[in-house]
Amino acid sequence: MDLVIILHAGLATGTILLFAAIGEIFTERAGILNLGVEGMMLIGAMAGFSSSLATGSPWLGLIMAMLAGGALSLAHGLVTIHFQADQVVSGLSLTFLGTGLALVLGEGLTGQNPALIPTFTIPGLASIPIIGGAFFAKQSALVYLGYLFVPAVWYYINKTRPGMHLRAVGEKPSAADTMGVNVYRLRYFYVFVGGCLAGLAGATISLSVSPGWYSAQTTSGQGWIAVGLVIFAQWNPIRAAVGGYLFGALRRGILDLQGPALIFGITNPLYINSNYGFFLQMTPYLLTILALVLGARMAMKKRLGAPAALGIPYIRGERGL
Amino acid sequence: MKKSRVLTLFVLLFAMIFTLAACSDEPAAEPEAKPAAETEETAVEEVEQAAEATEVEEVAEATETTTEESSDKYQIPAAEDGKYNVAFVYVGPHDDGGWTQAHDVGRVYVEENVADVHTAYIELVAEGADAEQVIRSLARKGFDVIFTTSFGYMDASELVADEFPNIDIVHLTGFKANGENFGNLMGAMEDMKYLAGMLAGSRAMVDGNPKLGYMATFPIPEELRLGNAFALGAQETCPDCTVDVRWLNTWHDPILEQDAAKSLFDSGAQVVMTGADTPASAEAAPEGKWGITYDYSENCKVDACLTSMYWNWGPEYARIVEASRDGTWKGGWEYFDANTGAMGLYGFMDGETMQPGVADLPAEDIAMVEDTLAQMLAGEFDRFDVFTGPITDNQGNVIVAEGETLDQEDLDGFQQFGAPCEICMYWWNENITAELPSLD
Repeated sequence: MDLVIILHAGLATGTILLFAAIGEIFTERAGILNLGVEGMMLIGAMAGFSSSLATGSPWLGLIMAMLAGGALSLAHGLVTIHFQADQVVSGLSLTFLGTGLALVLGEGLTGQNPALIPTFTIPGLASIPIIGGAFFAKQSALVYLGYLFVPAVWYYINKTRPGMHLRAVGEKPSAADTMGVNVYRLRYFYVFVGGCLAGLAGATISLSVSPGWYSAQTTSGQGWIAVGLVIFAQWNPIRAAVGGYLFGALRRGILDLQGPALIFGITNPLYINSNYGFFLQMTPYLLTILALVLGARMAMKKRLGAPAALGIPYIRGERGL
Repeated sequence: MKKSRVLTLFVLLFAMIFTLAACSDEPAAEPEAKPAAETEETAVEEVEQAAEATEVEEVAEATETTTEESSDKYQIPAAEDGKYNVAFVYVGPHDDGGWTQAHDVGRVYVEENVADVHTAYIELVAEGADAEQVIRSLARKGFDVIFTTSFGYMDASELVADEFPNIDIVHLTGFKANGENFGNLMGAMEDMKYLAGMLAGSRAMVDGNPKLGYMATFPIPEELRLGNAFALGAQETCPDCTVDVRWLNTWHDPILEQDAAKSLFDSGAQVVMTGADTPASAEAAPEGKWGITYDYSENCKVDACLTSMYWNWGPEYARIVEASRDGTWKGGWEYFDANTGAMGLYGFMDGETMQPGVADLPAEDIAMVEDTLAQMLAGEFDRFDVFTGPITDNQGNVIVAEGETLDQEDLDGFQQFGAPCEICMYWWNENITAELPSLD
């Protein structure tokens, strides 16, 4: 067991959660709750995989994955923004729709070998002790993209004018409307952005981190973890990234912990009885359930800093938010 | 105003997409042939648009299909009049690249080599109550033989066999039989795992890194037996080799299997062998390291794959189907060795070429594998020879003294589950660096 190796693997798998969670942060910051992340990820994983297979370009695969995830999310946008339907129900059915579509369209893709996103080492930075080996050596291009993406998103949401509009639409759409911000258009836009990023997260699995198409097992519930992560991160992209990396490291750590008989000179319980690993395996899901329960309570939501208009349809000219 | 404009826009979009989607109703088949990129690109776009196309009915349709699914989740295939009808029940997808695909190849063999048969399969059948329903429906539809190919179908198979005495049900990997129309079938894959262990040990010696890895599924006798056979084989060619273990607790989870393989390789393993269904052990191998795949003869595709221990169910299935039609098949406990030809070691059977990672191994190691394999195929070397002493476990206990062998009960039982075994398959060979939790 080597902590650098676990961190290295955690950064790679954490990038999946990072993209999906930041996508959901955009959507929720605009006031729309989209629980269909799992479905959008799966359709993204399928579209990215099949496009790379057909064209030989993994980069085109990423673009197609984002378009596929984005297109699917627009369905949610139409139902919740235009028809003002319940966002939870619509999001759940989006999961079923995305999963079903991805399975049907992905028939025959198992076992194929498309071009993958390249992995490389950044010279110079990689020679920094400990951190260099984990962060900058032999990582996928998408992992490096993630490093740059997180601060950029934080800056965009908190420090720029469009970011302010985004927050306004999620906190008090009527006020934003009064100020001349087009609430409907912005909400559609950020639902689409969220879908695109979920699709990208899916393609990060199928074209980079765990290459291959394995039907519904490709995402195996990571979309749900991403939704929970957003609440944990209190709608902050930097915290979402750290959480994603932690969950990623945990996923790998459970396996690596089975190896050594002693850890720092102490008997390793997982070596004696690997069944203890089940408890560790549960933790991301337990935390997700906890987050979803907490997130459902109005009082707690406020304290956590949820966007005030999250989950509430905006109807122009009506009183309320 | 604004709303109605958005609505018309969507309606227009969907109308467009539906007409487009109608042009290609099989977008998924497109990646198989990959010629000119341009036509493919448009096809892919259509996939995207098809994805959009279904959006409009989203909520309504999604709920509709789920309710439909729960009442009629499995499409039971039909039997054909005038033919001998054979059905297969699969736990995974028919193209999983491993266990289930090997059974499907067997099904096609029956279809092509037995006269006047009709075969059908039903895939992704959950173990337990679902399986019972599916097997019973197959029996009602008029199938004459039903192969149920996962451990968890055992009790369901037994139940349906009692209800339909005229139908033969063959269950795989279990231990129950009724002596009449319900039997159990499995083979001694430990023979092939033993040979694969020799190759892995030899490879580790050549590469100068005496660490091997085993991705184990569940702590059941079968997995412990197969892991021990691999470790015993490795001991023949590499006395200093150790085997590291990662528990998966699943038969089929492609992502977890990749993670486990990477975990073993990163912990220093030179060769990783798997007991699970997908070829992740070879596909996750980094440059200069090696994997050994399982179940299906065609899944040793990458250069990093040393060999695959695979099943060849076709002849066995054909034999059972013929016997069933003649009325001579009696459901019992069938456990075959390598001499039936129902299993193989990729690269060493007729018409196969060795993988590059095997071809440059020392000639005496290759000769040992080839000789032992020849003896196995001739019926002179079987599973009891693999488990012949001296064998010591990794706690220092002597499992089998020199010259003695384990019994079948010892190979396949836990005392805690009522097996009449003396030694029981709950130990790791001395070169395995892992512990087993206490069962009591």
